[in-house]
Amino acid sequence: MNNTIKITPDKNTRPATGALAAIHAPAEVKADAEPAIAVEDLCKKYGSHWAVDEVNFIVPKGWTVGLLGGNGAGKTTTIAMIMGLVIPTAGRTKVLGCDMARDRHKVLSRMNFESPYVALPARLTVRENLTVFGRLYGVPDVKTRIEELIEDFDLGDILDRATGRLSAGQKTRVSVAKALINDPEVLLLDEPTASLDPDRAEWVRSRLRAYQARRGATILLSSHNMPEVEELCDFVVIMSKGRVVAMGPPHELVARFKCEDLDGVFIHLARVA
Amino acid sequence: MTTRYYYVLRSSWLRLLELIYWPAMQMLVWGFLYTYLYDSKSSMASTAGLLLGAVLLWDVLFRGQLGFTFTFLEEIWSRNLANLMMSPLKPAELAASLMLMSLIRLLIGTIPVTILTWLLFGFNIYALGFGLFAFLVNLVLTSWAIGLAVTGLVIRQGLGAESLAYSIMILLLPLCCVYYPVWALPVWLQPLAWSLTPTYVFEGMRAILLDGVFRADLMIECLALNAVYLGLGFTTFILLLGSARHRGGLLTMGE
Repeated sequence: MNNTIKITPDKNTRPATGALAAIHAPAEVKADAEPAIAVEDLCKKYGSHWAVDEVNFIVPKGWTVGLLGGNGAGKTTTIAMIMGLVIPTAGRTKVLGCDMARDRHKVLSRMNFESPYVALPARLTVRENLTVFGRLYGVPDVKTRIEELIEDFDLGDILDRATGRLSAGQKTRVSVAKALINDPEVLLLDEPTASLDPDRAEWVRSRLRAYQARRGATILLSSHNMPEVEELCDFVVIMSKGRVVAMGPPHELVARFKCEDLDGVFIHLARVA
Repeated sequence: MTTRYYYVLRSSWLRLLELIYWPAMQMLVWGFLYTYLYDSKSSMASTAGLLLGAVLLWDVLFRGQLGFTFTFLEEIWSRNLANLMMSPLKPAELAASLMLMSLIRLLIGTIPVTILTWLLFGFNIYALGFGLFAFLVNLVLTSWAIGLAVTGLVIRQGLGAESLAYSIMILLLPLCCVYYPVWALPVWLQPLAWSLTPTYVFEGMRAILLDGVFRADLMIECLALNAVYLGLGFTTFILLLGSARHRGGLLTMGE
């Protein structure tokens, strides 16, 4: 059986950078298995500006993939199209086999997302917010699920406090807990540790790793924190000016661009672009 | 979703007070005018009750729409819209929760005020009987239809369209003949007035208070028109939501 997955399509190839290449997936990932996330010829045009331009990649089930790029690279628009919040100008995104522009409601209960730029209602207590989202996602036993999250995310002390009165770190913990309320198979994280101190950021990462290990979930995360990406991700997709300029496992990219670490790769590609 | 809005209302007594405050202040102003007209033995005295009835019913329409739209604006102000749009919540379910909350807010705001009007000015709007029920149903349906369209515009245009939530009903005020009969309008404007559902309610109210007649024909026509407007409102809401997904503002709305 051929278990090589060509994640990079030819359309995205930019010979000038030489940054794109096919990658070899681990043996346990089967080429014919349906990916958790598929991004196919994805384009989004705002006015005359192509925010996303012919982007292609897949995220196999159970993988953690980092979506990287500078400000305005098109990461957030790509994630929004994967979530079905934005309709592509061309191409499509599929999550667990469903076209997100047309059939997103079939899979929304099996996925979730977290972003520091989207807030939970400030006046509601942490418990109330988790209860509301638990019900929205159709969690069968919301109370028990909240108890589990209290333990996992150390929320006991803040459970009955208004969410708006929490510190940035506490809010992030609550947001990540909300993102896991429905035990999602696919988790989209937009800068999950932004605004956290290193200790708290590591704590959140450890929770995400634990969740992924337990659930076998697929995680797509965008981040500017390269050590975090190197630590969490099996694979990264780097975008610039709406296009994919490089993709591969972090260590492979570091070797390919002859850099010391992923930070170096990021800076190199940003300057080339 | 209703649980979420219930939590918001419960979290602040000031919000509850605000629901009653504006209708109560308005009622006091018009109530004193009613008292003056009633006591002046002028030709206006016999129609003074119309004024308070009109004020109360107009407030039902106005507050119904505000309750619907403000409940939705709460999601944008708290930057929670993307969380909702990413959840399995369907647009029809969101609309239904906004309708229910609009009704709850309306009842919280208007029931104490109608009782206050009865106690302070001796005007008992409940004396309208079944007519009052028919008026309320039609006004609430109209407020939802307008609320759906305004909410759609806010989703499409962002907070730039927020002022519509406050101002759109004022556009209807002169046209739907709240304080005067339809014949007082220029002839060319009258068909437009009859295309608006509140006109039927206020004409119906005048028929009860002046002639003691419940105009079922008006209420049935009004209900039929409301069914059309509600359908149009929901269609507008869905189309504008779809347009917002094309424009790509849902994720960052409220920032």
